[in-house]
Amino acid sequence: MSAETDETVQKTPLNDLHRALGGRMVPFAGYDMPVQFDGIMAEHTHTRASAGLFDVSHMGQVRLVGANADAALESLIPSNMRELKSGKQRYSMFLNDAGGILDDLMITRRDDDLLLVVNAACKDADIAHLQAAMPADVAVVPMPERALIALQGPQAVAVLAGLIPGVDDLTFMTAGGFTWDGADLWISRSGYTGEDGCEISVPEGRVAAFAEALLADDRVKPIGLGARDSLRLEAGLCLYGHDIDTTTSPVEANLVWAMQKRRREAGDFPGGRRILAEIASGPSRRRVGLKPEGRAPIREGAAILDGDGQNVGRITSGGFGPSVGAPVAMGYVASALAEPGTALFAEQRGKSLPMQVVAMPFAPHNYKR
Amino acid sequence: MSDRKYTKEHEWIEVSGSEATIGISDYAQDQLGDVVYVDLPDVGREVEKGAEAAVIESVKAASEVYAPASGEVTARNDALDDNPALVNESAEGDGWFYRMKLSDPSQLDDLMDADAYAKFLETLD
Repeated sequence: MSAETDETVQKTPLNDLHRALGGRMVPFAGYDMPVQFDGIMAEHTHTRASAGLFDVSHMGQVRLVGANADAALESLIPSNMRELKSGKQRYSMFLNDAGGILDDLMITRRDDDLLLVVNAACKDADIAHLQAAMPADVAVVPMPERALIALQGPQAVAVLAGLIPGVDDLTFMTAGGFTWDGADLWISRSGYTGEDGCEISVPEGRVAAFAEALLADDRVKPIGLGARDSLRLEAGLCLYGHDIDTTTSPVEANLVWAMQKRRREAGDFPGGRRILAEIASGPSRRRVGLKPEGRAPIREGAAILDGDGQNVGRITSGGFGPSVGAPVAMGYVASALAEPGTALFAEQRGKSLPMQVVAMPFAPHNYKR
Repeated sequence: MSDRKYTKEHEWIEVSGSEATIGISDYAQDQLGDVVYVDLPDVGREVEKGAEAAVIESVKAASEVYAPASGEVTARNDALDDNPALVNESAEGDGWFYRMKLSDPSQLDDLMDADAYAKFLETLD
């Protein structure tokens, strides 16, 4: 028996709604989730043109409570927490002692806690990691009673503001508390598509009604995991377990922007010695964007070759970019070959497919700063 | 009266004269979703029944297409190079994959006809 039998597959509070909407359900990170509704291409382009609704309730929401939560969390991540002001959100990652990435996460400071959103596949390990590391005066409080949805796209905030006055005052990577029909919501202006939009934490018992209220707006359509992946890939955003994992450092992954100056100078985080050395002298490999010249998508796992046929890296995400209208990929290559414009090849099904290193994102970000 | 046959892997094959045309079923294209690329066999290639003959790429994933019979490829559908969405629009018509000269026409005997394939699909969901 696999781990994905009916007994062990979990359902989000929106499972019935996904099925009623015709979602094609697949097991993902232990959850029964919709991979698509109308079709990945239509959902992808709808999100970039209007507003797409995503169920991301499988992700972990965790509170850290205690006056020292910020300093304690800094012992696990390379980002500033002490300077983060209430209502501000930040991207970071849990690091292991070798400087590898255990998970990536979003952190928001609220008046009474730090709110963490972590990946579904990592959440049990992340919670255990936090519980082991937090001092006695910092409580780790998982929030299984809350669902999480995302509304993404150029019309997303206008749609939300119609239901929740004031939400349009938020700017990119800020967040606040709101109410809808008596339910308390926590809304951040952020997401995983490269578009403007919000992520909304909702009490699990109210999320179906809230999702239906959003879907009642003609501008909103439900979006599955398939388009979520193609949207984030075009936006150049990492998928944990693929583009970043315990073997990749933040420097290799081009995520040094998530390490603020105080931490970069001090190196006071797990793997600090390796990471500071990589910042100073350059990592041996880097994550880059790759644009195949042909029409064939180049998939995760394909070897990357230089002009002499030498293996110089590996594709970590690849597919068709519906907004780009062509295949797009990312992967790791030897640092000397990481400059945009470098001609490389991917080996797939016995063929050597030409591609070029390009700057990311593939589709421009439309954040409201 | 069509003598189109189907495999359990959702390929179709139809013999006309000395050639057979091969594609994927309408059910298969619906399951795959938006097709963005089809890697077709070159003319002249010998394909073997049950072995990979083509690869179909949807937005999400690559899927292998197996040869429903052995033979030599005599034509490929070049229209799919520029318009792979033809597979979604007309999987059992203009979205055909390739043609071949069968080395052993009796290999088609154990494939399903349209009625049997329709019954087979009912057992899948």
